[in-house]
Amino acid sequence: MEYLKKYPKLFQWLFLLIVFFALCFAIDVPETYKFIRGQAEFVKDPNQSVYFFLGKEVRYYAFDVFWRLPPLLGWLPIWINDSLFFLMNEWMPMEFWNEDTQEFKTRPILLQISRNLTAFMTFLIELIREILLGGLETIVAFTSWDFIDAYPWLELPGLPWTIVAAGAAILSYKLSGKGLALFAGLTMIYISIFGQWKPSMQTLSFILVAAPLSFIFGLGLGIAAYKSKRVEKALYPILLVMQTMPQYAVLVPALVLFGVGDHAAVIITMVVAVPPMILLTILGLRAIPPEVIEAGRMSGCTNWQLMFKVLIPTARRDILIGVNQVIMVCFSMAVISAFIGAKGLGFNLLLALNQLNIGLALEAGLCISLIAILLDKMSLAWANKQTDYFGNLTFFQRNKNVIFFAASFVIGIILAYFGTFIFKGSFNYLFEIPHNKGISTADFWNKGVDWIFDTFFVYIKAFNTWLIQDVLQPMRALYLRMPAVATLVLAVGAGYLIGGVRSALVVAALTLFIALSPWWDRALVTLYMATFGVVISCLIGFTVGTLCFQNKKSAAFMLGVCDIFQTFPSFVYLIPVMMLFGITDTSVLIAVIVYATIPATRYTIEGLRSVPVGLHEAATMSGVNKFQRLTKIEFPLAFPHMMLGLNQTIVFALFMVIIGAFIGTEDLGQYILKALSDKNGAGIGLTLGICVAFIGLIFDNLIRTWVGKRKKHLGIA
Amino acid sequence: MSETVIKCESVYKIFGENAKKMLEESNGNVDAKTFQERGCIVGVNNASFEVAKGEMLVVMGLSGSGKSTLLRCISRLTDATGGKIFIEGQDLLELNNKELIELRRNKMGMVFQSFALLPHKTVVENIAFPLQIKGTNTEESISRAMEMVKLVGLDGRENYFPRELSGGQQQRVGIARSLAVEPDIWFLDEPFSALDPLIRKEMQDEFLRLQEKLQKTIMFITHDFDEALKLADRIAIMKDGIIEQLDTPANIVLNPATEYVRKFTEEVPREKVLIIEDVMDASSKDNLGDLKVSKDEIIENVAEKILTQEKLVGVVDSDNNIVGSIKPSKIIDTVFGGRKNGS
Repeated sequence: MEYLKKYPKLFQWLFLLIVFFALCFAIDVPETYKFIRGQAEFVKDPNQSVYFFLGKEVRYYAFDVFWRLPPLLGWLPIWINDSLFFLMNEWMPMEFWNEDTQEFKTRPILLQISRNLTAFMTFLIELIREILLGGLETIVAFTSWDFIDAYPWLELPGLPWTIVAAGAAILSYKLSGKGLALFAGLTMIYISIFGQWKPSMQTLSFILVAAPLSFIFGLGLGIAAYKSKRVEKALYPILLVMQTMPQYAVLVPALVLFGVGDHAAVIITMVVAVPPMILLTILGLRAIPPEVIEAGRMSGCTNWQLMFKVLIPTARRDILIGVNQVIMVCFSMAVISAFIGAKGLGFNLLLALNQLNIGLALEAGLCISLIAILLDKMSLAWANKQTDYFGNLTFFQRNKNVIFFAASFVIGIILAYFGTFIFKGSFNYLFEIPHNKGISTADFWNKGVDWIFDTFFVYIKAFNTWLIQDVLQPMRALYLRMPAVATLVLAVGAGYLIGGVRSALVVAALTLFIALSPWWDRALVTLYMATFGVVISCLIGFTVGTLCFQNKKSAAFMLGVCDIFQTFPSFVYLIPVMMLFGITDTSVLIAVIVYATIPATRYTIEGLRSVPVGLHEAATMSGVNKFQRLTKIEFPLAFPHMMLGLNQTIVFALFMVIIGAFIGTEDLGQYILKALSDKNGAGIGLTLGICVAFIGLIFDNLIRTWVGKRKKHLGIA
Repeated sequence: MSETVIKCESVYKIFGENAKKMLEESNGNVDAKTFQERGCIVGVNNASFEVAKGEMLVVMGLSGSGKSTLLRCISRLTDATGGKIFIEGQDLLELNNKELIELRRNKMGMVFQSFALLPHKTVVENIAFPLQIKGTNTEESISRAMEMVKLVGLDGRENYFPRELSGGQQQRVGIARSLAVEPDIWFLDEPFSALDPLIRKEMQDEFLRLQEKLQKTIMFITHDFDEALKLADRIAIMKDGIIEQLDTPANIVLNPATEYVRKFTEEVPREKVLIIEDVMDASSKDNLGDLKVSKDEIIENVAEKILTQEKLVGVVDSDNNIVGSIKPSKIIDTVFGGRKNGS
C-alpha cells in the first residue's frame, strides 16, 4: 500500500497493461481470420459482408467487433474518389474559348482551372529548363509551331555547364566563403563529367519554380496566421497533419487533379513545402521582441510599413530558415515525384532501382546527395549571413561578384564555341555532356555488388533468414494478434494517464479513425515495422549520442554528420541497403534504422548539451564522478528533449517504412504505391496517407504532452 | 509651466475578456482583487494627472505596478479601457488610425528599455527610420540623422550595426531615433535600466544635458527611486496600478503620503535631494549671521559651511533678497533626524 501511495502513476500504468493483456487473451482469434493479401477488399467474395452508405457499396470481411472493428469508414475513400471525379468532370460546366479549335467548348470549371494552372506551371518549368538546357517550347508558347518552322534557327541555346558551375561557385562564395565555393564548383563538375547534367538541371529547374512559389504562399499565409487568430486556428490542424503525412501519399490525389508530369509534381510539392514555411514565418514573427514592434508603431508606421520595414526584416533569419526548409522539401519531393512522372534525377534513380542496376542508382543517388548538401549549406549560409554596410566600398568591391559572373559567362561561351572545333562530329563536352555519355562507374559498383553477394551471400542470407524467421515474423504475428478493442483501450488509457481527458479524447479519435478504416491490419504491420526500427534506432542513437557528448569535438562532429545525412531525400537510403540485402523486409528495416537514428542521435546530444553549465559546476563541487553526473543530473534533465527526439524518430521511421513499400512490404505503403497506379486511387491514397499521419500524430500528441508536463515540472520549459 | 500638454482623466487599463463591461458595472470603484477573481487583471487604476509643457514627469514603481502600461495607454500602444486622455487638448482615444499615425510621426518620440533597434539597419539608418517612414527623402533624412548622431556623441560610428555597439551606445541610438522627428512629447520607458551602473550615471547626466537644451515635455518611466529623484520635476509613485503620490521630489521625501512611499524615502540621503528652500524657516529673518546661502542650493553643498556657524544663516533668492533663515541644527535634524517616525 505504501508503494501504491508513493508511485501512483506506476501502478496506474501497470493496471493499464494488465487490462490490455487480459483483453488480448480473452479475445480469441476468429477461426476465419487471415491476413488479407493483395486487394481482396475489392474482389467480390461470397464470404464478405456488405453495407451501403451514401450510396457507396462497402465490402469487407466481418469479424467479432472485439477482434476487428467493421470498416465503418470504408465508404470514405470511395466517396472522396467519386466526389473528386464529380468535381473535376461534371461540376459547374461552363463555356470556355478554345484557342486551338477557335470555338467555345463546354468544360467543368475545375477542370479548366486545373488545366490553366498546369499550363502555367509547365510554362514556368520549361522556361527555366530551357534557359539551363536549351529548347523550343518557350518560344512556341509565345508564338506557334508554324513560327518555329519558318525560322528553324530560333531556339533557346541553353547555358554551357561551365557557366552554371561558375555561377554556383560565385554565389556560394558570396554567401559563405571559399570552402563552400570550392564544394559547389566540385559538385557541379562531378555532376557534369558523370553525365548527370541534364537530369540534375531538370531537377534544379523544378526547385527553382516550386521553391519561390512555396515561399510566397508560405510567407503570405504565415503573415495572415500571425495577424489573425482565426486563420491560425483554421491552419493549425492542416499543418499538423501535413507534418506527419508521408510525402508519398500526397502524390496520389495530385494525379487525379493535375495529371502526370512535372506540373502536377510542382503543384503538389507546393502543398508539402508551404506548411513548414508557414510555421517558421509564424515562429519568426512571434519571436520579435514586442518593444521593436512598439518602436515601429511609435515611429508612425502604417500596418503595411510595420510588416515590411520592421517585422519581416527583423524576423529575417527565421524566415530564411523557412526558405531552407522549403528548398529541402522541394528537393526531396522532386526526387519522389518521379513516381508521378517528374523528370530529373529522381526519375533516373527510380529507373535504375527498377532495373536493379545498383551502380547507376548509386551514381544518381550520389548526385542527389551532393546537390542536397549544396542547397542546404547555401540556403543556411544565406540565413546566417548578416547584412553588411557597403556604402564606403568602391564600385568594383561592391559589384565584384557580378563582374566575376559576367566574366565567367563570357569565358564559358568562348569555351563552348571552341568546343565545337575540338569535338568535331562528337558531343561538345565544353557545352553540355549528354546523359550517360560521361564517365560512368556503374559497372564497377555493379561488379562490387556482385562480388559482395558472391563472397558474403551465405552470411547475409543466414542473417536475413534469422532476422525474418526468428525476430520479424513472430513480432509481426504478435502485433496482428492484438484485438482492436485491446489496442484502443491501451491507446486511450495511455492518453488519459499522460494528458488527462483531453489527450485521451484526441488519441481515441485518431485511433478510431484508423480502426474504422479498411486497413487496420495494414496499419498494425506498419506499426510493427516502425516500432522495430524506432527501438533499434533509439538504442543506437541514444548510445552514440551519449558517447559523442563526452567530448566537445566529437559532439560537434556528430551533429555535423547528422546535418548532412538529414539533407538526403529518404529515397536515397534505399540504394545501399538494396545493394546488400536485396529485396526483402530486412532492407527496408535497415534503411529505417539508418534514417531514424539521425534524429535520435541529434536530440540526445542537443539534450545533454542543454544542461546548464551552472548545474555542471554545482555537481562537480558536490564531488560526483563522471558516471554519477551522467545518470543523476544530465540524463534526467536531458530526458524530455530526448523524448522529442523519439517523436522525430517515429516520424522518420514511419516515412521510411512507407517508402519501403517500393521494395515490397505488406503495409499501408504498399497500398499507397498501388493507389499510384490505380485510376480510382486518389481517395485510397489520401485516406491511407491520413492513416499514416494519424499513427504519427498519436505518438506526437502523447510525447509532446508528456514532455510539456515534464519540462514544466523541471522548470526548463 | 503653464500650458498642459498631457492630461489624463481617470484612466483605467484592465486586461481580460469582459474588462469593459466589468469596469462599467463597478462605477469607477475598481478593486483589483474582485477583478482578479473574475479573470481580469488591473493594469492602471484611476490615473488622473497633467503634464505641463517642458515638464519632466517621472513615473516610478516596481515591476508590475502598471507604470509601463500607463505609458502605453498615453502613447496609445494599447487602448485604455476607460477614462480620457488629452494630448495638447486633442482627445487621444477619439483619433482614428490615420490621425494617430500623424500624431506619432510629428509629435511623439519614444525610447525603450531594450533599445528596440532594427537589427538590419545601421546606426544612421535606424535614426533616419522615423523620418523615412514619414516620407522624408533619403538625402534629407540621412543628413538630419547625422545631426542626431553628433548630438548623442556617436560620430564615427554612424555606419555600425546595432550588434556592433555596447548597450550604452545602443541606447544613444535609441534616444537619437526618438528625437529625429523633433517631437514635442518624449516618452522614455526605463531607458537606462538595462545598463551598467556607471554607464547609467553617465547616460543620466547626458540626458539632463540634452533636456536642458531641448526642453521637451517628458514622461519618464523608471523603477529606480534614486534615478527618479535625480531627474524629475515631479514624481508619480505607482503601486498595483494606482498612483500613490504625485509631487515634487522634495515633497515626496519630506511628506510621503502613504506607508508604501515612505519605505522608499527612508533610505534616501536627504541632503542630496532637498534644497535649502525646503527646510528654511521663512518666518524669521532677523538676527542673521554673516553667511548667506542661496535658497536653491542643495543642502549637501552648503552643509559644511552652515554647520561651522553659530548664528542663524540667512537665505537669499536669486536677487539677493533675504527670504528666510536656517538654523545650523536644522541641517543635522534634516540629515539624521526623524527617519524612524516618518516625519
